Amino acid sequence: MDSSLIVQYGPALLRGFGVTILCWAAGCAIGLVLGFALMLLRQLPIRPLQALIRAYIEIIRGTPFLIQLFLLYSGGPSIGLRLEATTAGILGLGLYGSAYFAEIFRAGYQSVPKGQVEAALSLGMSYGAILRRVIVPGMLVSTLPAIVNMMAILTKETVVLSIITVPELMYEMQTMAAETFATFETILGMALFYWLLVEVVSRLGRRLEARVTRFLSHSSNARA
Amino acid sequence: MKFSVILDALPYLLGAAVTTVWVSLLGVLLGQVIGVLVCVARQSGNRAADIAGGVYVSFFRGVPLLIQLLLIYYMLPLIGIDVPPLVAAVGALSLASGAYVSEIYRGSLNAVPHGQSEAALALGFPTATIWTRILLPQAFRISVPALVNELILLLKASSLISVVGVAELTRTSQTISASNYRPLEIYLAAGCIYLAINGALALFGTLLERRLQEG
Repeated sequence: MDSSLIVQYGPALLRGFGVTILCWAAGCAIGLVLGFALMLLRQLPIRPLQALIRAYIEIIRGTPFLIQLFLLYSGGPSIGLRLEATTAGILGLGLYGSAYFAEIFRAGYQSVPKGQVEAALSLGMSYGAILRRVIVPGMLVSTLPAIVNMMAILTKETVVLSIITVPELMYEMQTMAAETFATFETILGMALFYWLLVEVVSRLGRRLEARVTRFLSHSSNARA
Repeated sequence: MKFSVILDALPYLLGAAVTTVWVSLLGVLLGQVIGVLVCVARQSGNRAADIAGGVYVSFFRGVPLLIQLLLIYYMLPLIGIDVPPLVAAVGALSLASGAYVSEIYRGSLNAVPHGQSEAALALGFPTATIWTRILLPQAFRISVPALVNELILLLKASSLISVVGVAELTRTSQTISASNYRPLEIYLAAGCIYLAINGALALFGTLLERRLQEG
């Protein structure tokens, strides 16, 4: 590969990487917030609402991400929902993530010992306080590995956004490949780059896990 | 929303769904073979085989499927193998699936009590027999839920092979909606078909699990 290509396409690739990170971060944020909200709403004793949320989760998890993106981006305008590619991409990533995060949070919510909630209730804590000080910290510890894993999966899903012409890294790379005819080299480079990226995200996640669960090993050491 | 559009397109969509299903099934079956081989290679005690298997698993789990697909699609002609897109697509799905399947089997093998292979060894079973008669059958039974899950994941992932022009469900939806300008209805229909297939697979998985638990 010619080194002048790096000078020529470097800025575009960097910009693409920026868009990739933006889509990933925004998608994760939307997914986490919406997923948490869905999990909480599902706890309410309203049957139709529970069924609706369950259907939402099953539909998102049962259909390909690409089809969801096409529906949002190409199907949206038919019902007056006109989104720019990047906006549609971020929203799509967020909605897709939210279903998986909602299930992760639900498992986490159920893993918090009932006795802790009852103890907090008997101490007169409000539901908001219980959620904030008992349930969420407990959930965070048990769900963090799954959340990190899902965030790593979403890193990989960002490349699918290139299909609906979001100008992220994969899209810029394909433009470069088409213009330079160095298709194979470019894709190989991209494969190695994403391999590294996913590895970095997973490693950072494991570090975070170690930090968050640090107190667990401390307390078990203290008991031993 | 015009439902007549969906009715008109339905025969084509269902035909394409058949392609989606058999491409995914083929991917999972070949993935099984690759996965078992990689898993056995990594457990064999040969250091080189273990490292090679580890790199394979890490690469195919770490690199987005879309990139793997394009890599294989563009690599094969470079090394002088000219194959139709469908073959490249099945190859990519199998290789990706193999990496996940080998990890599923690795987990299941750990669940088979170690004493069993030791007992077989003490009775003079050859290594190959220990694998084929004792370890793999039990590992398979333990992995059934994870394998069904893998099939569902692969079925969804197969939508990406539309990119290299394989006329499966997603590609066909794209083609139809480009000609009738009704993307909403067509993609909704495609989504429903995916959902139905996955629902059927999940149900089949539950039945199979129950069956295996009884047996």
